[in-house]
Amino acid sequence: MFIRDIVRLSLSSLMDQRMRSFLTILGISVGIAAVVLLTSIGEGIQKFTLAEFTQFGTNLIGINPGRSTTLGTSGAIINNVRPLSIADEEALRRIPGVLDTVSVIQGNGPVEFAKRSRRTTILGAGPSASKVWQIKVAKGRFLPSDDSRAARSFVVLGSKVKNELFRDANPLGQIVRVAGERYRVVGVMESKGQMLGFDLDDAVYIPTVRAMSLFNQQSLMEIDLLYQNDLQSKTIAERAKKLLKSRHGAEDFTITTQEEMLEILGSVLGILTMAVGGLGAISLLVGGVGVVTIMTIAVNERTPEIGLLRAIGADRRQILWLFIGEAAVLAGIGGLAGLLLGTVIAWLLGTFVPALPTHTPWIYAVYAELLAIGIGLLAGVLPARHAAGLNPVEALRAE
Amino acid sequence: MISLSRIKRVFTVGDEEVNALRDVDLDIDTGEYVSIMGPSGSGKSTLLNMIGLLDRPDSGTYLLEGEDMTRLDDSQQAALRRHKIGFIFQFFHLVPRMSAAENIELPMMLAGMAVAERKKRVEEAVEAFGLTDRARHRPDQLSGGQRQRVAIARATIMQPHILLADEPTGNLDRVSGNEVIDILESLNRQQITLIMVTHDPELGRRARRQIHMVDGRIESDRCPSINEKGPAEQPRE
Repeated sequence: MFIRDIVRLSLSSLMDQRMRSFLTILGISVGIAAVVLLTSIGEGIQKFTLAEFTQFGTNLIGINPGRSTTLGTSGAIINNVRPLSIADEEALRRIPGVLDTVSVIQGNGPVEFAKRSRRTTILGAGPSASKVWQIKVAKGRFLPSDDSRAARSFVVLGSKVKNELFRDANPLGQIVRVAGERYRVVGVMESKGQMLGFDLDDAVYIPTVRAMSLFNQQSLMEIDLLYQNDLQSKTIAERAKKLLKSRHGAEDFTITTQEEMLEILGSVLGILTMAVGGLGAISLLVGGVGVVTIMTIAVNERTPEIGLLRAIGADRRQILWLFIGEAAVLAGIGGLAGLLLGTVIAWLLGTFVPALPTHTPWIYAVYAELLAIGIGLLAGVLPARHAAGLNPVEALRAE
Repeated sequence: MISLSRIKRVFTVGDEEVNALRDVDLDIDTGEYVSIMGPSGSGKSTLLNMIGLLDRPDSGTYLLEGEDMTRLDDSQQAALRRHKIGFIFQFFHLVPRMSAAENIELPMMLAGMAVAERKKRVEEAVEAFGLTDRARHRPDQLSGGQRQRVAIARATIMQPHILLADEPTGNLDRVSGNEVIDILESLNRQQITLIMVTHDPELGRRARRQIHMVDGRIESDRCPSINEKGPAEQPRE
């Protein structure tokens, strides 16, 4: 007996009970659609979040003062911790494989121009920040590579700050007051939007040493290392660790590689996607129960037919596969319908609610269809076993 | 060809044990025309199912063409049913959602026969049984006689050696009943062994060999046309 014949027989019996088949297929397709849709959203969110994180580049290592046992920076900088200094940064830059470094210090303060004032984030950053963080300059240029100990008082404005203070006027060359000190505007950054709640456009960039004295801080908040593409983040992290240890005499700093961050983030988001897909799978399970029910009814109704098939030469295995095949065809059609439904809804969501990112990897679609057929096979086993086990004489007599 | 010896079959109905067949011995040769008669519950259908490998004896041996049937497993028995045995039933047992042609095709489908060969044989059978203009019709669009003709076409499509008919005219009017019997007898003339269970004494008398069963036993087994003169003894029913 050929698979083609099993499919043909299955289709003819499904067509015979259109309404019933349709409802069962609907059950499965809703389940598959839910799985496809929810994993699409999960996958979309994962992609979106990772993109948010990697927008500053992936070959980054962050070094923060203070030792933390878990990932992240310890909030308070304790007295016996030696500060991260500009000298540390310069030493780190000389590590082989490190392309560039950015020193960072951050605070808040008013930025004033003429009669307008805006309280905003003031970032003390090295001249390489624009390059290392991959933030483009829209107008003018970024902070120049001055001697880091005696940097000139230049400022680069985030796009929002520029709009608030200057509206449409050209800010280049103008003098603004940053926390009371006079700075000359040399550039305006491109709008980059928010990154996990932090608005990069609502910030100004000034040279690191100036920010340190402005906020009266001895230590940098962070040093970012940009390393060569072809090197392992671990190698660079090890080298940086060794260097800083010899300079500080102890490990009083924390090194976070972007890779570690992404890995943890990725696994968290992966679990989220799976959990959300699992929710969809519950409705798929319900659909599967529907298939079991309908196949059980079909076996009962078609008992004389089973007897007849046995009489004209079907063995138990053929009866078994006939009904398992029918369940698989039923679920397979449901799977295809659900796939279509889920993809269309995901696409509609993506079109009409752009804030909700969706992404349907085609391999998921294949998995979903295989899952549907698998559920059909599984759901068919019980009723089919019953059918195959029937006594042919009694089956023929049943009416 | 068919050789049953000391065949026993017991059914359990509720708490009671019913002896459907008690030590039945029976030999049937190739090409014979046998009718099995007797009151209901006398075991005639059970005997037919036993010969057709749909049922297994509780004890005794069954040799079909010299081969011991009781030792075969399910799929071996199915293969024999497929190739050597054809069944015809009182209620036709056509698959209602399939056309006449598809019903005739079924045994070949189960046998895994190539599609081209199936098509050819169906066409031949449809023509031979006078169903040409009915081949695409579903059973509910066919008359009783036509349905039974489809069933006979299905039973003979694998060119079996034995044809087992259980009340083949029981659900037909006289005219179509006679038509069906004529077909069966002409098949028998082509050396197919025909074994027919019937209630109808007139029909039973047409067979060359007549078996009467009572209470799970063969009460008489005669070939009136050869051994006796005059009409056969009236059956008990």
